[in-house]
Amino acid sequence: MGSNMAEAHPVGFQWVMEAKERGAPVFHIDPRFTRTSAHADLHVPLRAGTDIAFLGGVVNHILSNELDFREYVVAYTNASFLLREDYRDTEDLDGLFSGYDPETGAYDPASWQYESVEEKHAGRDADSAAKEQSSSYQHGSGGPRVEGGSDRIAADPTLRHPRCVYQVLKRHFSRYTPEMVARVCGVSEEVFRAVCDAWTANSGREHTAALVYSVGWTQHTTGSQCIRAGAIVQLLLGNIGRPGGGVFALRGHASIQGSTDIPTLFNLLPGYLPMPTPEHTDLSSYVDSIRADHQKGFWRAADTYAVSLLKEFWGDRATADNDYCFDYLPRITGDHGTYRTVMDMVDGKVFGYFLLGQNPAVGSAHGRLQRLGMANLDWLVVRDLTMIESATFWRDSPEVETGEIAPERCRTEVFFFPAASHVEKEGTFTQTQRMLQWREKAVEPRDDQRSELWFFYHLGRRLRERLAGSTDERDRPLLDLWWDYAVVDDEPQAADVLRRVNGVDLTADRAVGGYTELKADGTTAAGCWIYSGVYADEVNQAARRKPGREQNLYATEWGWAWPMNRRVLYNRASADPEGRPWSERKALVWWDAEHGRWVGHDVPDFERDKPPDYVPEEGSVGVEALRGDDPFIMQADGKGWLFAPSGLQDGPLPTHYEPHESPVRNPLYGQQGNPTRKVYGRPDNPSNPAPPEPHGEVFPFVLTTSRLTEHHTAGGMSRTLPHLAELQPELFVEVSPRLARERGLEHLGWAHLVTSRAVVEARVVVTDRIPPLRVEDRVVHQVWLPYHWGTTGLVRGDSANDLFGVVVDPNVFIQETKVATCDVRPGRRPRGPALLDFLAGYRRRAGITADTGTHVLTAGPGAEGPAHTEEES
Amino acid sequence: MTEHSLYGPLDDVAGEAGYDDHPPRMGFFTDTSVCIGCKACEVACKEWNGVPADDFDLLGMSFDNTGHLGANAWRHVAFVEQRAQDLGMPSFDRPGDGSGPESRTDFRWLMSSDVCKHCTHAGCLDVCPTGALFRTEFGTVVVQQDICNGCGYCVSGCPYGVIERREGDGRAQKCTLCYDRLRAGEEPACAKACPTDSIQFGEVDELRDRAAARVAALHERGEVGARLYGADPDDGVGGTGAFFLLMDEPEVYGLPPDPVVPTRDLPAMWKRAGLAAVAFAAAAAVAFAGGR
Amino acid sequence: MPEEARFRSYYGQPVLQEPAWEWPVPAYLFAGGVSAGSTLLAVGADLTGRPALRRAGRLGALVSLGAGTVFLVADLGRPERFLHMLRVAKPTSPMSVGTWFLVAYGPGVGVAAAAEVLPARWRLGRLLRWLARPAGLSSAVVAPGVAAYTAVLLSQTAVPAWHEAHPELPFVFTGSAAAASGGLGMVCVPTPEAGPARAFAVLGGVAELVSARVLDARLGLVREAYGTGRAGRLRHWAELLTAGGVLGAALGARRSRAVAVLSGAALLAGSALQRFAVFEAGVASTRDPKYVVVPQRERIARSRDEAGVVGQPPRQAE
Ligand SMILES: Nc1nc2c(c(=O)[nH]1)N[C@H]1C(S)=C(S)[C@@H](COP(=O)(O)OP(=O)(O)OC[C@H]3O[C@@H](n4cnc5c(=O)[nH]c(N)nc54)[C@H](O)[C@@H]3O)O[C@H]1N2
Ligand SMILES: Nc1nc2c(c(=O)[nH]1)N[C@H]1C(S)=C(S)[C@@H](COP(=O)(O)OP(=O)(O)OC[C@H]3O[C@@H](n4cnc5c(=O)[nH]c(N)nc54)[C@H](O)[C@@H]3O)O[C@H]1N2
Ligand code: SF4
Ligand code: SF4
Ligand code: SF4
Ligand code: SF4
Ligand code: SF4
Ligand SMILES: [Mo]
Repeated sequence: MGSNMAEAHPVGFQWVMEAKERGAPVFHIDPRFTRTSAHADLHVPLRAGTDIAFLGGVVNHILSNELDFREYVVAYTNASFLLREDYRDTEDLDGLFSGYDPETGAYDPASWQYESVEEKHAGRDADSAAKEQSSSYQHGSGGPRVEGGSDRIAADPTLRHPRCVYQVLKRHFSRYTPEMVARVCGVSEEVFRAVCDAWTANSGREHTAALVYSVGWTQHTTGSQCIRAGAIVQLLLGNIGRPGGGVFALRGHASIQGSTDIPTLFNLLPGYLPMPTPEHTDLSSYVDSIRADHQKGFWRAADTYAVSLLKEFWGDRATADNDYCFDYLPRITGDHGTYRTVMDMVDGKVFGYFLLGQNPAVGSAHGRLQRLGMANLDWLVVRDLTMIESATFWRDSPEVETGEIAPERCRTEVFFFPAASHVEKEGTFTQTQRMLQWREKAVEPRDDQRSELWFFYHLGRRLRERLAGSTDERDRPLLDLWWDYAVVDDEPQAADVLRRVNGVDLTADRAVGGYTELKADGTTAAGCWIYSGVYADEVNQAARRKPGREQNLYATEWGWAWPMNRRVLYNRASADPEGRPWSERKALVWWDAEHGRWVGHDVPDFERDKPPDYVPEEGSVGVEALRGDDPFIMQADGKGWLFAPSGLQDGPLPTHYEPHESPVRNPLYGQQGNPTRKVYGRPDNPSNPAPPEPHGEVFPFVLTTSRLTEHHTAGGMSRTLPHLAELQPELFVEVSPRLARERGLEHLGWAHLVTSRAVVEARVVVTDRIPPLRVEDRVVHQVWLPYHWGTTGLVRGDSANDLFGVVVDPNVFIQETKVATCDVRPGRRPRGPALLDFLAGYRRRAGITADTGTHVLTAGPGAEGPAHTEEES
Repeated sequence: MTEHSLYGPLDDVAGEAGYDDHPPRMGFFTDTSVCIGCKACEVACKEWNGVPADDFDLLGMSFDNTGHLGANAWRHVAFVEQRAQDLGMPSFDRPGDGSGPESRTDFRWLMSSDVCKHCTHAGCLDVCPTGALFRTEFGTVVVQQDICNGCGYCVSGCPYGVIERREGDGRAQKCTLCYDRLRAGEEPACAKACPTDSIQFGEVDELRDRAAARVAALHERGEVGARLYGADPDDGVGGTGAFFLLMDEPEVYGLPPDPVVPTRDLPAMWKRAGLAAVAFAAAAAVAFAGGR
Repeated sequence: MPEEARFRSYYGQPVLQEPAWEWPVPAYLFAGGVSAGSTLLAVGADLTGRPALRRAGRLGALVSLGAGTVFLVADLGRPERFLHMLRVAKPTSPMSVGTWFLVAYGPGVGVAAAAEVLPARWRLGRLLRWLARPAGLSSAVVAPGVAAYTAVLLSQTAVPAWHEAHPELPFVFTGSAAAASGGLGMVCVPTPEAGPARAFAVLGGVAELVSARVLDARLGLVREAYGTGRAGRLRHWAELLTAGGVLGAALGARRSRAVAVLSGAALLAGSALQRFAVFEAGVASTRDPKYVVVPQRERIARSRDEAGVVGQPPRQAE
């Protein structure tokens, strides 16, 4: 669902084809019929942005027919845990959960806790700053804290207590009937039932089903909850931690997984340690904020990870006496995400910008805002393989055509550095399976092309040289850095960096074997604790290439997967509570009583010698507190979460909300959209009206964007190559024959698409692959655009991202580029300044102001919540 | 020349071409039922063989912007969108709502990667007057670029519309079955790049067995439209070295349904030409004999 | 008009490549035919003592051969590699066979023609005159081949209009060659000596017209490629001109030089247009996939019938 695997992950899709060959039925749930659908047993078109309603329907189907894998659910999930009495569900509050504050547009999650859990930390996530910092993402792989997770949690193993998670879940999703799925998603009841039947029939003891998603799920204001919904289905059916099961996030760029592990995100440090905030006055307050006092699992050891990271940053300078230089870490004070930053550029608050391997002028939502922001900098450094739009916007952007940017007056000084590509440098890629694979250098970089390592190493070196002798306190973090990677012929050695990421025992100058060897006493340094083990025994484990046919199915000697080279996370769940495989067919790891250890085909994701019947002593915390049947060893309570008592900004359970821009009123609740979504209401970021706001009919169609196999993202790597450019030479828009008829669009003719932000023209492709859907007794037309085009390269065209505004998921700040509303007209678009008038006309007709779309609260009696616009600055 | 040197089944193509000691015949089995239309084959071929990009035209033929095999497209992935009606099945639209998923159950999207067939009896090779086109020891058909004088005869000699003269260069171009890679013991670039093994490279005999088994398996699964194309040594070109499993009739993919090597009729044609020549000479004789 | 054929195709795209050849090829076909016919006329005239016809034949044969060669070379993608044709002799390639025909044919034509122009005072001139007859005879032996092989050249292709025409095309082409060379004789040679040329033209023209009609009657769907579009128009004019030329040659050319010249020119033009028409019909038959798909489908259906296969006929929908 929400993944076009065959097109965006063709190499990975070979395994789906192989599974299909072996009899696995394949379903593709996607608004469009794609190359993936072509190989699915059933393609289910649904309206973009309605996946939670669909999955909610599946949950409802499972629960009302008791089709869950009961033993698994009782033993391994939090189904039996009791919730507090003051918890109120969306069923009670017209689409809201208890704790909502209309003024901040955020929740106080205190009432979402387990009944028996202390209230100590309640309210921690409640302030709006939490939303600003996206604290939930900061929880990263560790999951959120649950104070008391290691204590006994009040539970009803019969799952009958009205306040147990199971019953709450049942009630929460009771509205999501097949009829409702049909009304919301446009999926017929029969087809919906067919999916439910196949999913449940292929799950359980003897079977497992895998769920695959990618950005068709994430690029929504409800993206995180979409994944939660999928996880709930998979947990209910016992499909987590077992072979052939799972929820697979297909990642994007070759090492996008790596870039969240060792993050490029503003609110994370390597290994999903959160970025400190001003409240963290010292290391201990910081560490305590990561782990609860009474919780289970490996996050209890956050201090060892944090100290080792600080030691890796500042080496000898980091000592127990100076809190391991914890104060050198910058603090974040709010949302510093990419979209916030661009708005700050427009507002003149940002002066310089580094752009590496990103092309926001084309690739990011609201292209116009991106370009106007960059045009308001003093300097901009672009490192890229080719001269991309983000380096040339000052002379060839659409804003030059409309007169909004004057090349001769644009103040931004652009420094372009040619980058060495992945074949011109060595290093690792971390792919979707969390696997690191070492890459050799295939060819020497030409001319001035340099690797990222080279650039940063020498940038750091030069800055330090320039600052040498400075007595300014603020230069200390830079001057004290441990900046001594091995360098050969000017080039820093990637293998040495990897070794340091792995971590070293400083007392013996020896690579550590895994994160359990890390210490909080300053004797170890590790750049990313979850990668510990990739250089175990001083061997680059990522470079292993033993062919699959020479080892077992899990191929554990190919590359190296974090953590500890496990291929299937939480694989303890592949065995029953007693440690026996649920079934022989689906055996993965199991308890070998004779030798007193966990064994199997994969590296067990459990303490090697902790028996299945282990019961921790009263009062133990952390790893010791994990029972022998707590498979979810990173979770604070050791269980898989059907209900998320904390950690999410928008509620403990997924709920169907309409997209920010939608042609229909939410059929399920008074609450129209996600009440906690971030809207950035400002005049230069207008929204199309959505019900209950009037004038939605000006933008009657659903717009969705995505990829083509033939191009890559913003196109810098594909539109510039003739052999790729020729395969998809022009921007086109897919419309159904029916819409084409209604709007007078001709196959291969021109059309232009209009939103309150922009007009974009594209060639028309009329195809049955994008069907109109029957939603709430009306026909909803969807149109689709690939987003790969821009103003440079061999093939050029308007950029689909100009059509979008900026509105993001409150948890992870991902923009809603998978759905918006638009109008479509035949012919080419207006040009030059006339284009601005044309747009103004549309905005006038739709009555759009900076307020439009920012009244995020629509639930409750006659409620129109406050507008969430930005104060004048 | 042996009995079937012009037409009909031929067991040993390389032997027929004069190789005494030669490797087994190599070729492709392209199983279009697993093709995902990624075009990796097209790109890999161009990269390896230095085939230039063609023009940047949006063709509007589904996702196919290559159009046809030719001098600059030695692999070509066809995309066929079919509705229930095209499948010869009744449409079950309820009045006014031909939009629900139920009307789309029988929508399908076929993809197929086409290539030179490396025919047992290759029309292109037969007509080439310079010997530029030749049969390799692997039984494949290759143009020697240093010999070809661009006479263009092969272009019309091919019953599949494969080979073409490259504009500006003037020479005939087509798939070489990566002759250079074969000689180095490597599989062809397109097969190497294909992620789903839609393109299977190997010994033709073995591939034919594999193909037959695959069709049987698909039939068993209810895919009654599955059929082999080119695998039959009794067909009009004596069977091809690169054959296909198709899900619909060949012409739906732009392939001729029953191609025949033009050379089949060579003896008959020369006979008729001989008669005409005799008549021509006779007419001249008569013209003088009349003596007016 | 036949009913519009219903068949399936890939977006209406052609199945075959369009021939790489352009106008020089039909021009060569024409020129080669003129040359071959002229050679026969020249030899006949030589043997029967018609010096004017001999002279015109020899010179005409050389000039048209020269022009044809230029056309041939011009249509190569790599003209500088013309001689690569001589690397091999390949019986399966009509172009190779034709090349060797031309190799055998050309020298005789050259010698004979040179003999006409080089003054007898020169020793070389005298030598050539002595050689002219055997040379002419040698090329006359090959000339019918030169006139006829071009039909095989076209027919041994996958181009439906050419391939399907293979039984009749040699007669169309040799007929056309006779008509054209006869026509040339009528234009160049005073009427008294031009009798054989007229007869040759009449026989050729009639053969051309009749065999073209026979061809039409036999062809299936591909007839459309001959009868419509550019090819259709060319053919129409070719027939009119040839028929007119034949009539003129048969009825008026003996008496009136003007009629002879006009008829001769008409025959030449008719012959040329015939070649262009055939050429264009071939091109057209590669452009429309129906010419490939429909006949092949019919063939499959026929062989099924013969094999007694019962079952669904192929589904036919656009
Ligand atoms: N060839 C190629 N491969 C790529 C990339 C590329 O640009 N080109 N990009 C890489 C990157 S960065 C990424 S992130 C991945 C992304 O991989 P994918 O997520 O697979 O790619 P997309 O094509 O963006 O979107 C997937 C599908 O989501 C569907 N969709 C849109 N809205 C909805 C919805 O509301 N619900 C559901 N169920 N489906 C919806 C779209 O129709 C589309 O088919 O691909 C990676 N791989
Ligand atoms: N409308 C819409 N918008 C989207 C999406 C969508 O589905 N719809 N998808 C979103 C997603 S998932 C993503 S990931 C983004 C992608 O958006 P961007 O990341 O902005 O776009 P890319 O074109 O991938 O930019 C990567 C650049 O890195 C350069 N590059 C490659 N290798 C190197 C290297 O080694 N070093 C350096 N310095 N540069 C290198 C490439 O040339 C390229 O220009 O787009 C997002 N935007
Ligand atoms: S581009 Fe790389 S990551 Fe993407 S599918 Fe191909 S091999 Fe996999
Ligand atoms: S398919 Fe055409 S080009 Fe290829 S070998 Fe056969 S006749 Fe030659
Ligand atoms: S074009 Fe080249 S390869 Fe083709 S027939 Fe002529 S010489 Fe042979
Ligand atoms: S075998 Fe080689 S030349 Fe032929 S299509 Fe494949 S890659 Fe191209
Ligand atoms: S590489 Fe394989 S799967 Fe991809 S288009 Fe070519 S044949 Fe199909
Ligand atoms: Mo991505």
